Amino acid sequence: MNALRVSWLFFKLGVLNELQYRVNFFVSLLQAAIALVTGLVVLALVYSHTQELNGWTQPELLCVLGIQILMGGVIRTSIQPNMTRLIEDVHDGKLDYALTKPEDAQMLVSVREVRIWQVVDVFSGLVVLAVGLSRISTGVGPDDAAAFVLALVLGAVLIYCFWLVIATVAFWVVNMWHAVELFDGVFQTGRWPVGIYPYWLRVGVTFLVPIAFAVTVPAEALTSRLDWQTLLLAFLFAVSLFAATRWFWRFGLRRYSGASA
Amino acid sequence: MSAVPQAAPMPEAGRVRSMVDLYLTTARTAVSQQFQYRTANYFYMLGMIAEPVIYLVVWTTIADQHGGSVNGLSAGYLAAYYIVWTLVRNMNIVFGAPFWEHRIREGELNRDLLRPVLPLHYDIAYFAGWKVVVIVLWIPLAIVLSLVFDPALSPNAEQIAAFAVAIWGAYLIRTMFQEGLGMLCFWTTRGAAIFDLWMTLELLLSGRLVPMPLMPDWVQEVARFLPFQWAFYFPIQTLVGDYSGTELLRGLGAQLLWILIGFAIFRVAWKFAIRRYSAVGG
Repeated sequence: MNALRVSWLFFKLGVLNELQYRVNFFVSLLQAAIALVTGLVVLALVYSHTQELNGWTQPELLCVLGIQILMGGVIRTSIQPNMTRLIEDVHDGKLDYALTKPEDAQMLVSVREVRIWQVVDVFSGLVVLAVGLSRISTGVGPDDAAAFVLALVLGAVLIYCFWLVIATVAFWVVNMWHAVELFDGVFQTGRWPVGIYPYWLRVGVTFLVPIAFAVTVPAEALTSRLDWQTLLLAFLFAVSLFAATRWFWRFGLRRYSGASA
Repeated sequence: MSAVPQAAPMPEAGRVRSMVDLYLTTARTAVSQQFQYRTANYFYMLGMIAEPVIYLVVWTTIADQHGGSVNGLSAGYLAAYYIVWTLVRNMNIVFGAPFWEHRIREGELNRDLLRPVLPLHYDIAYFAGWKVVVIVLWIPLAIVLSLVFDPALSPNAEQIAAFAVAIWGAYLIRTMFQEGLGMLCFWTTRGAAIFDLWMTLELLLSGRLVPMPLMPDWVQEVARFLPFQWAFYFPIQTLVGDYSGTELLRGLGAQLLWILIGFAIFRVAWKFAIRRYSAVGG
């Protein structure tokens, strides 16, 4: 319970901090609009040459795009800023400030930063998703919707674990700045259903970098493609990865010796 | 910096020689600096590989669904296109417009202005040296990609020669236009949105997203009158396309034209921009 209270406090503080820079909101808005238009143009281009892509129609891929933008917004609002700060703190020896506080260290390093203007992407993703859904003729049942929400949450947890593992590696390899670039590049694979990729890449973006679970699986839920085995797999994978990540974090933490903060 | 004062103004030949010397020395410095950061350079390249691989997979999927080709482009062609893409994309990395904001804000421009030649020359020379490192690092990557994606690539000697020139043409075109665009930073600190817009135009009109024949006809028509595709589609096409000797020469001529246009725009913008500059720190 205390963890929730602390998270909420950090969230409020972060939001207040960001609200000072209001023009940034419009810059975010403009950048989100440019990214969105680009995504739509690419989709239109693809579907001017074909009726369906590996069994996915245009409105269905619009849903995938919406979910990818939404998930990208969640990642850039809360997950990525915290993890890059963690990498920086390890590099500068400032992690002591977090470690000496009487709260769970993993929880603290995961909630310290909020980039609230990036929430724009969450909303633009939701709009794209809604437009896509309205064009799908089959409709979405309540069980599909529930599976979607569950898959989305599991996806976010998996992405968080992946990022924490990468950030924890910073205890050994100090220079982890490129991780952000690398992740942003690979995250673009989520624009397309994972089934179109060759086998090695599909395995990579499913288990190595869990983008398939974060984007494709929720999209499958909405388009009635998801079977319960996949959802169960996502659940088990999320639980075990979370446990493994926590162990790895503690293991890495033992290597941290501070650097005269 | 010789102690003996020069009696006559430096003759033209000496000027050229010292300029060549400046370029070579700066480029050599870049090579030795960037080879130290080869791991960082490699990570950066790997991050960039995702983009063409995604395009390649999407368009190959479409080609396969329609009997092996889309708009007459075969899966093998697409593979070749996007593998060569990775080198051309790397050649397209230059001293970009956003760096100008940094250069002005941090007062680095003060130091640059004290030098007797334009900062542009240092940028061109430094990034050109860096490119040498990038090309060397790119070769193993290209081999791996070729093994995985099976490209249809059989250029003749003419095409290889034209490609070797065209990638440097691409480098110079993009340098000129990015440096010119960077002059905006003398007027605003929020250029990011404009640079994003420019990048999007580039993405759609250069051949970075798809080979130009996959674009609607009117887009191809518009793109013919813009610099973008001469820095991207044309150099790739010299190697993977079937241009004749005259077409290759004409293309290289177009590249030269765009370099000159870009340079002219930069010079005019620079003249006005530098008047607005007042130093802070440094």
